[in-house]
Amino acid sequence: MDGEELTEQETALYDRQIRVWGADAQRRLSKSHILVCGMKGTVAEFCKNIVLAGVGSLTLVDDRVVTEEALFANFLIQPDESMFGGKTIAEVCCDSLKEFNPMVRVSVEKGDLSSFGLEFYEKFDVIVVSCCSFTTKKLVNEKCRKLSKHVAFYTVDCRDSCGEIFVDLQNHKYSKQKIDETVECQLQYLSFEEATSIPWTDLPKKVSNLYFAMRVIEQFEESEGRRNGEISIHDLPGVLNLKKELCEANSRQVPDTLLERLITSAREFPPVCAIIGGILGQEVIKAISGKGDPLKNFFFFDVMDGKGIVEDIKPSPNKAN
Amino acid sequence: MASQQQSSAIKGAKVLMVGAGGIGCELLKTLALSGFQDIHIIDMDTIEVSNLNRQFLFRQSHVGQSKAKVARDAVLKFRPHMSITPHHANVRDSDFNVEFFKQFNVVLNGLDNLDARRHVNRLCLAADVPLVESGTTGFLGQVTVHVKGKTECYECKPKPAPKTYPVCTITSTPSKFIHCIVWAKDLLFAKLFGDKNQENDLNVRSSDAATSSEHANDVFERRKDEDVDQYGRRIYDHVFGYNIEVALSNEETWKTRNRPKPIYSKDVLPDKLTQLNGNLDKSGATDDFSSVSAMASLGLKNPQDKWSLMECSRVFLEALKLFFLKRVKEIGNLSFDKDDQLAVEFVTAAANIRAASFGIPLHSLFEAKGIAGNIVHAVATTNAIVAGLIVIEAIKVLQKDADNYRMTYCLQHITQKMLLMPVEPYEPDKSCYVCSETPLLLEINTHRSKLRDFVEKVVKAKLGMNFPLIMHGTNLLYEVGDDLDEAMVANYAANLEKVLSELPSPITGGTMLSVEDLQQELICNINIKHREEFDEEKEPDGMVLTGWTQAPPVEEEKANGNGASSSNELQVEPVETKKDAELEEIPESSRRKRKLPEDSEGTDVDVSNVVNETKNHKEVEKLDDDDDDDLVMFDDWASATNKKKRLQ
Repeated sequence: MDGEELTEQETALYDRQIRVWGADAQRRLSKSHILVCGMKGTVAEFCKNIVLAGVGSLTLVDDRVVTEEALFANFLIQPDESMFGGKTIAEVCCDSLKEFNPMVRVSVEKGDLSSFGLEFYEKFDVIVVSCCSFTTKKLVNEKCRKLSKHVAFYTVDCRDSCGEIFVDLQNHKYSKQKIDETVECQLQYLSFEEATSIPWTDLPKKVSNLYFAMRVIEQFEESEGRRNGEISIHDLPGVLNLKKELCEANSRQVPDTLLERLITSAREFPPVCAIIGGILGQEVIKAISGKGDPLKNFFFFDVMDGKGIVEDIKPSPNKAN
Repeated sequence: MASQQQSSAIKGAKVLMVGAGGIGCELLKTLALSGFQDIHIIDMDTIEVSNLNRQFLFRQSHVGQSKAKVARDAVLKFRPHMSITPHHANVRDSDFNVEFFKQFNVVLNGLDNLDARRHVNRLCLAADVPLVESGTTGFLGQVTVHVKGKTECYECKPKPAPKTYPVCTITSTPSKFIHCIVWAKDLLFAKLFGDKNQENDLNVRSSDAATSSEHANDVFERRKDEDVDQYGRRIYDHVFGYNIEVALSNEETWKTRNRPKPIYSKDVLPDKLTQLNGNLDKSGATDDFSSVSAMASLGLKNPQDKWSLMECSRVFLEALKLFFLKRVKEIGNLSFDKDDQLAVEFVTAAANIRAASFGIPLHSLFEAKGIAGNIVHAVATTNAIVAGLIVIEAIKVLQKDADNYRMTYCLQHITQKMLLMPVEPYEPDKSCYVCSETPLLLEINTHRSKLRDFVEKVVKAKLGMNFPLIMHGTNLLYEVGDDLDEAMVANYAANLEKVLSELPSPITGGTMLSVEDLQQELICNINIKHREEFDEEKEPDGMVLTGWTQAPPVEEEKANGNGASSSNELQVEPVETKKDAELEEIPESSRRKRKLPEDSEGTDVDVSNVVNETKNHKEVEKLDDDDDDDLVMFDDWASATNKKKRLQ
């Protein structure tokens, strides 16, 4: 790789993980720049994981003021601090994250994701958005794709006891270990818009129900002009109507109980935050280091069946032309 | 998510966490966020720098402090109104008895070693408290649920044994780098710097009487007034030169192997002695031994570099010299410690020189340290995921939602579209000696093996007992405990040195022994079968225990059973793992459908074979039931000790 060696301090601190991914991957990590938006519990978990892993820098975006509710699944906010008011969630989380690893630069960027220009996104290697509207997700993803450099884009959301990750690595080259040799591989990704606009009839039969349920809720929030997560059990009739429409048009079946569960509580379930934040951390490390098969392109976890499922959402081959 | 029922189950629960390391930190955080109110944590470890990359509740300033206590303080910062009780202690301490365990609704393990896991399993069975067990290595992890009578116990399934190597592979015919490491660490390092009275196979056996052990031992002593540089060169030439020549003289050995080449210091380092001296000033101006380093004084910086044979030789001589100049007081008491820089340097150099001699590829200090210290690969993400899965299972256990208990595997490669794969737990194994009290069978030479061999190799090493009590019928043969009087202690000490068939209550073929651990409240019955001969290579213990299901050792073992919560073990390695192979013990259903990664092989043991064998042996035992006439009564200590005295 790039000739610079890890310092003695880095080798001592990162000893156990260098034994997992190697010194060259550690060097690449230490030069990477990550942007996250939407500091709820899952993103807090993710931030902890990559700060510990030793990325170069982490930039947080979340201008919401700290409230009692923000404390819920987020261990980066201490209740006494939040009582003082005025500080944004990103600012409070930033202070906590700095302590986890003095070798990582953690900072806050104020403003709205959709208002940032290309030159802003250009500074990063990885962008993770959470708790954003469908439109914002698509917009940020498109901006990433316009950049001359290769920027990895992720969305992550947990609703009640379920979680979803979307990954767009564009054209991703990486290496993986096969017994005694290293093999070079390449994967082609769809953008969030491309993936989510594939007609459901074109998707294979066995795609996880969670994929469809998440799209229904996303569309419901969008059509009602709600923010991400601004939904409750009172919206159930409307959500079920929308589901019926979408399912009938596409001959899909999604159980009502699943949708009911997803909108019952706006709160995240902390064990799911840990799991989704962990998987996302692992994926970002894989993407930066260029080592190991990254997941393509959706990941779902549901406490009910306990499965962590990878779905490759793409047009089925016979309908692609 | 949290229904009323669920949140009241969480709020009312009293939880015991064992281990506050990699999994423990994540687990405590997730429990706190999930609303748990009353948590006890046991961990005997203190914080080290290499923990900080994943044990996120700890900071540089906490190095050296109790993990359990610091973890508590860190979590109370974001959840001030919960109760966390830290115990900076070994879970095997007698304070943590069955009564202690009974106060909890569920026990959650984030441990790093087999012994502690087995111990907690037994206490949970005895106290009838559900156990959620976990382990991670690199990107692999697993979580399992153990509820007495409902699911298998932790010991129902075979666990891979720590890898051991035949003595002659280590002393004479190494073929892998690990063999050189074991030689450098357990033989050479121990010989030069450890307890001189320990048995040591360092010198190759030879027909030549001149290398009998008495003479050979002298070789390693520094002679009076011997210059330390000369001494170093003499040791070098002896172990890498002379000993190889001796080994080469045994022609039979090399017919099928590559012949090693003897290495003498003058060939590698022709310089005058003075020139090879490092700069001692750089090697540590302070008294702090951790700063004494041969690498530093020789100007070698990057631990990832592979040294040349010449560099290895210089490090070898320099490190040996530094031990004598800077740490002479410790010589005779040292045992290898992966955190002892100078020891790691010495072992790396010695292993590499030996590897060069045998044509084995050389390794960097970083790699050698990992192998020598059994360092396990660990990352924060897997621990976080596993902690989340533990809490999900713990909540089900508290709600007694038995139909939905799952064991879950974290996989590195997508399998059947999954990265997290849940599997229904197995039922208890009816032939498990731990949860079903099925008798074990021990084949042993009762005329040659001593009670001590039985205690060390079976009762402690295999059955994992702390405070064993060994009974033959109603006769007590051996016992460990704090409240024994002197006569009993003397009697047991004498028994230990006796051959089994010559014990006051002789153990012969057909004897059934009962071995009990009072702390674990576990009783094992062992049927003894006398057997004359054992294969030295395949059965190095000189005895074979069946019915006790242990998977065959896994090649290239990363972690062995030593660890954080077992203070009397050789290595105290604060990591959170099971062995790779154990982690990939994937359910049969999926096993049929896919090829497992190669590191998962070796765990398949056909348990049914073992069971059948045990049954057959039971029949044999009935026919061959020796009766004992020389009894020592359980409650008649005076006569037992008198008899013993008379015999002497």
